[in-house]
Amino acid sequence: MRFLRQALTVASKDLRSELRTKEALNASLSFALVILLLFSFAFDPTADTTREISGGLLWLVFAFAGALILNRSFARELENDCLDALIASPVPGPALFLGKALANYVLLLGIEVVCLPVFGVFYNVRVTGQPLWLGLVLVLASWGVSVVGTLFSALTVNLRLRELMLPMLVYPMLIPCLMAAMQLTTPLLAGQPLQGDLLAWMRMLIGFDIIFTSLALVLIDTVLIG
Amino acid sequence: MRERILYGLGAVAAALLVRNIWKLLTGLPDEAFQGAIFRIIFFHVPAAFTCFLCFFSALIAGVAYLKSKNLKWDAFGVSVTEVGLAFGAANLISGMIWARIIWGIWWTWDWRLTSMLICWLLYAGYLVLRRAIEEPTERARLSAVMSILSFSVVPFVFFSIKWFRTQHPQPVLFGDGKMDSGYRVMLYTNWIPLLMFAAILVAVRMMQERRQREIDALRRAAHAF
Repeated sequence: MRFLRQALTVASKDLRSELRTKEALNASLSFALVILLLFSFAFDPTADTTREISGGLLWLVFAFAGALILNRSFARELENDCLDALIASPVPGPALFLGKALANYVLLLGIEVVCLPVFGVFYNVRVTGQPLWLGLVLVLASWGVSVVGTLFSALTVNLRLRELMLPMLVYPMLIPCLMAAMQLTTPLLAGQPLQGDLLAWMRMLIGFDIIFTSLALVLIDTVLIG
Repeated sequence: MRERILYGLGAVAAALLVRNIWKLLTGLPDEAFQGAIFRIIFFHVPAAFTCFLCFFSALIAGVAYLKSKNLKWDAFGVSVTEVGLAFGAANLISGMIWARIIWGIWWTWDWRLTSMLICWLLYAGYLVLRRAIEEPTERARLSAVMSILSFSVVPFVFFSIKWFRTQHPQPVLFGDGKMDSGYRVMLYTNWIPLLMFAAILVAVRMMQERRQREIDALRRAAHAF
């Protein structure tokens, strides 16, 4: 209970400071919109073939936009040695990590909720065909992205070329998660229900979330303190 | 003394390899459907085995370093990762040559090829991460974490990509692939010298790491004065 309260305190602190400055949020949102626009030059946005890759496009946008948020997550604490203060505070490492991951999660979901209707309008895709399933995929896959991304945000925070290292290390790790999300999102955007093979992707997404959440909670003390 | 042993082992491995290549070219008949090019499998498959053995050793090295904080484990970890990447590259490239002749294309987005490439990129990321950290204990700690995470994602990569269509020949081990027993024996016989080469390379690389640590220590001592 105490652990959860500490995690929520860290998460609300992160969210509050982000919502006051909006530096990562604004950058990430406008970046997502620019990518959505750029995709329209890569292929005919209204063709039927575009529907077949809509899930892939959407998750590429989310993954790119997510990297900007994740980059700031721990880097924000470097000024005035806030990270050292956080580590020295009575909050244990896993709670600190969980709080940061939750804050990133909320921001990422926020960006997705804004981008989804924009995507639907620009690419003539009906996003509300299977709202519950689509919501579940967004919730599960975004958690995977947030957990792995926050762990690497902590891992790369003190490195040279931090902004370059994070995406380079995170994207290969996220391939299974993003791939499952893409496979699931495409039929859902076409309004088809989930069944058969698609449920296996759902199980994989859940397995990915569970394993990497536990791994991250176990390893975070080693990453932050040593 | 240790270097002499390594040179000796290297000579034995080279002799074994020459013998194997001789037998491959003269002793074994061409495969019925593929002709002469099928012989690439005797390097392609053992290279993949060696590569994954190296990555698994890197996982053990990572866990052992975090337990013991002994920099020798870190040296072992980076050595096996580098050698594993070299054998992984050998596997990918030999596979591409084979594919060019049998399938007519260099690369296809088949699950086995794709997952191998992703694994290769994951461990290449490990090396890039190492380069970005100056301080030896921090470098050892973070790369151990990276090694553990990379190995945990490998099964996911393989399962997820397998659900796509495949055109790679079925695995001869733990799979449905069939192979004549003469070819199978040859496959294992050729794995032995490749494994020996891998072990020698790891040993040499670990010696380099040890010397690097000695040089760094001397440099620090010199600066202290």
